[in-house]
Amino acid sequence: MAGRAAIIATGQTFHKSRRRDVNIVELIHEAVSACLQDAEMSPADLDAVLIGNMEHFEGVYNADLWAAAETGAYLKHAMKITTGGTTGASVAHAGYYHVASGMFNCVLCIGWEKQSDGDTTAGLIFQSDPLFERSNMAGAIGTFALAASEYMNKFGITEEQAARVAVKNRGNALNNPHAHLRRAVTVQDVLSSPMLASPIKLMDMCPTSDGACAIIVASEEVAKKKSPNRPAWFKALSTRHDQPFNSDLPLLINMRTLRDAAKDAYAQAGIVNPIKELDVAEFYEPCTFAELSWYEALGLCELGGGGKLMDSGATQMTGELPVNPSGGVISTNCIGATAMIRVAEAAIQLMGKGGARQVPGAKTALATGFGGSFWTEITILERD
Amino acid sequence: MMEQAGRQIELLEMSAPANFPYNYSCGKIGSFFFKKLRDEKKIYGRKCPRCKKVYIPPRPVCGPCFAPTDEWVEVGPGGVLECFTVVFFGFLDPMTGKKRPVPYGYGLIRLDHADSRIQHFLSENDPKKLRVGMRMEAVFNQEREGKLSDIKWFQPVE
Repeated sequence: MAGRAAIIATGQTFHKSRRRDVNIVELIHEAVSACLQDAEMSPADLDAVLIGNMEHFEGVYNADLWAAAETGAYLKHAMKITTGGTTGASVAHAGYYHVASGMFNCVLCIGWEKQSDGDTTAGLIFQSDPLFERSNMAGAIGTFALAASEYMNKFGITEEQAARVAVKNRGNALNNPHAHLRRAVTVQDVLSSPMLASPIKLMDMCPTSDGACAIIVASEEVAKKKSPNRPAWFKALSTRHDQPFNSDLPLLINMRTLRDAAKDAYAQAGIVNPIKELDVAEFYEPCTFAELSWYEALGLCELGGGGKLMDSGATQMTGELPVNPSGGVISTNCIGATAMIRVAEAAIQLMGKGGARQVPGAKTALATGFGGSFWTEITILERD
Repeated sequence: MMEQAGRQIELLEMSAPANFPYNYSCGKIGSFFFKKLRDEKKIYGRKCPRCKKVYIPPRPVCGPCFAPTDEWVEVGPGGVLECFTVVFFGFLDPMTGKKRPVPYGYGLIRLDHADSRIQHFLSENDPKKLRVGMRMEAVFNQEREGKLSDIKWFQPVE
């Protein structure tokens, strides 16, 4: 029987495209310090430290060892977890499993990436199959461009509908002091931004960011006795992997991993009508078209109805289910941290610490992770 | 010596332009596939004995069935374009260490007699001249070396 576990604190850097004032361990230390401060804790209160990034972006492979001093892991139980884009969510899930097992009480989880130290598209090509995919694939931009062509053709989704996702999320980012891109954009701005890979334009796509995020996952006892914040309890978690090649996956962008993980997580959480029962969601939306399609995969609307749901305003801050109050991945993307930022932002909403991006009275929050060959991690959090 | 407050420090970078080659084993299945491309200009998929799906790229195990694939089936060279893009942004190709030439088209093609799709270059790099559902055909290079790039690209046959 799993014990209860909660996120009791979060910490983030102020994400930017190039943080030349810090090296990797200094960047990590900023998020760790912010998180410990939020928890009113010191490393002496931690019994494990888990960390993750995507190694081939920086060519740094042992961050768990290398950053032992800066993470507070010195002479503690520590490990590194790397699962591609989902890394940050995988680390958070591992934090949950450490605590829910009853073997650990207070676990610091860290996701980070310093993309300006390497080359993101080259790094992403390295996570695909060397014999069959690397010679032609064009990183995440190319992959989502392929997926969007299929999605538009099948359901009549328009570039304007996709552009509205960028308008919404970039607008929300104005309320988040940690967001990387903090400038509002219009549909016309998105449509006239440079074509990266048809039909994906510059403003349809996430940026590359330097940044780190940390959360503390604690047992029920620690959460109730020591946490200065209102705990964000884990209610459901689900992970799915799929076939190795993108070319295997039918209706690529709609992600059967996400559909299946959502079904599993909703069953665990007793959720029947997610758009009504969830109060806020943080998606790992690498591009505008993905957010539309994932409305469908997550059961917020019917298959092919993502564009109409966007048009309806239901996912705006004032709508039935605000999606990406933080500004989402379109506004900030430090890849190894990105999926953890989704979980941290969901927790921040339940703690009531969202400031200008707060969804009033949020009680149940969903976070998604995206990575590799379209695989998924879903986290549902709730507050008492 | 402590840094003086308010004084700007010159921030340095250390470059590491690596020449760090990899040599990936193709295995028995990959070697068979690439030799057929090189020597016979033929494309083969691998069939699952249980669900009868023919996989391209070929692989040793069917994921859904967890059954070893056990038969070669010739697929293509024709097929249908199901997803496509034309890439305009420039980027570093980690397979060569050089910028990949742009613009270029690539897509997912469902080859005749295959149940999954192959990702490859397209002859066309004007997105207006491409559409989902187009018939395509593999064009082979004159000089072939036993790699996926022995297929130069797929071109429209309409």
